[in-house]
Amino acid sequence: MYNQSQVHSSAGTSHGSSRSYMVGFIISVVLTVIPFGLVMFPTLPRNITAWVVVALGVVQVFAHLKYFLHLDTASEQRWNLIALIFSVVIILLLVGLSLWIMDSIHHNMLAH
Amino acid sequence: MSNIVLEKDIAHSHEQGHEDAGSMRVFGFWIYLMTDCILFATLFAGYAVLRDSVAGGPSTVDIFELPYVLAETALLLLSSITYGYAMLAMNRNDKAHVLRWLAVTFVLGCGFIAMEINEFHHLIEEGYGPDRSGFLTAFFTLVGTHGAHVLSGLVWMAILMAQVSTRGLTNTNTTRLSCLSLFWHFLDVVWICVFTVVYLLGVV
Repeated sequence: MYNQSQVHSSAGTSHGSSRSYMVGFIISVVLTVIPFGLVMFPTLPRNITAWVVVALGVVQVFAHLKYFLHLDTASEQRWNLIALIFSVVIILLLVGLSLWIMDSIHHNMLAH
Repeated sequence: MSNIVLEKDIAHSHEQGHEDAGSMRVFGFWIYLMTDCILFATLFAGYAVLRDSVAGGPSTVDIFELPYVLAETALLLLSSITYGYAMLAMNRNDKAHVLRWLAVTFVLGCGFIAMEINEFHHLIEEGYGPDRSGFLTAFFTLVGTHGAHVLSGLVWMAILMAQVSTRGLTNTNTTRLSCLSLFWHFLDVVWICVFTVVYLLGVV
């Protein structure tokens, strides 16, 4: 029924099919409900819960990129992917270094 | 004879050019989204730094109601898949279904915004506005910026629904629908980060 959705689109991005949207949606719901349950009804130690929540969040972001934004390694997607990887590098530097700087300021000026 | 071939050729290359312009436009929009990602990253960094600066006011555990936020998340997730169905209808050139799914997405988006405004109103009523502490400033800025994006997406969607219903699924309109699709799913990705970093990690 959705055969034509495989055809290369006029708009540069590849399309999903009804099935891929459904798969993405179900994965998203599962990956939202599990961390929610872990936080609402704590069963694991606090910092393990925090790491699990973050890990599942990262997986969910990847699921969205794949199933909803249809990002893949196909050649017509190459530039979209390169732009994304570049911004991820910038974001990691930005967030990571900010936290590092503020943490050492806190360590050197206030706490000790 | 050769004239006709030539004309066909020109018509064909013209069409090709049009398609390329559409795909370039979507790519340009993708680049914009990447810069928007960096905007959100700075707000996340600010939030992470200011999270514990509560100035004697409420902290994360005191003000977040997770079940309420889960309902907001559900609305946004549902609106993502209904927009997906609108795009599938667009690929089938099915105008009626495009409009129907866009309307459903629009209603879900409005529900999300209404819940968020209600949450903010509730906090400010209790005296926990953005002026209370560094933590609340960062919280309102981050979540408010996401809300402003969703709101502008809703305005865009309303305009596109009017465009599609009067002019149909023209090349220009399908390019616009593709851009809004990227924007809408992107906002969903940002919300996953907000839900994880702000709400879930705030209550853990």
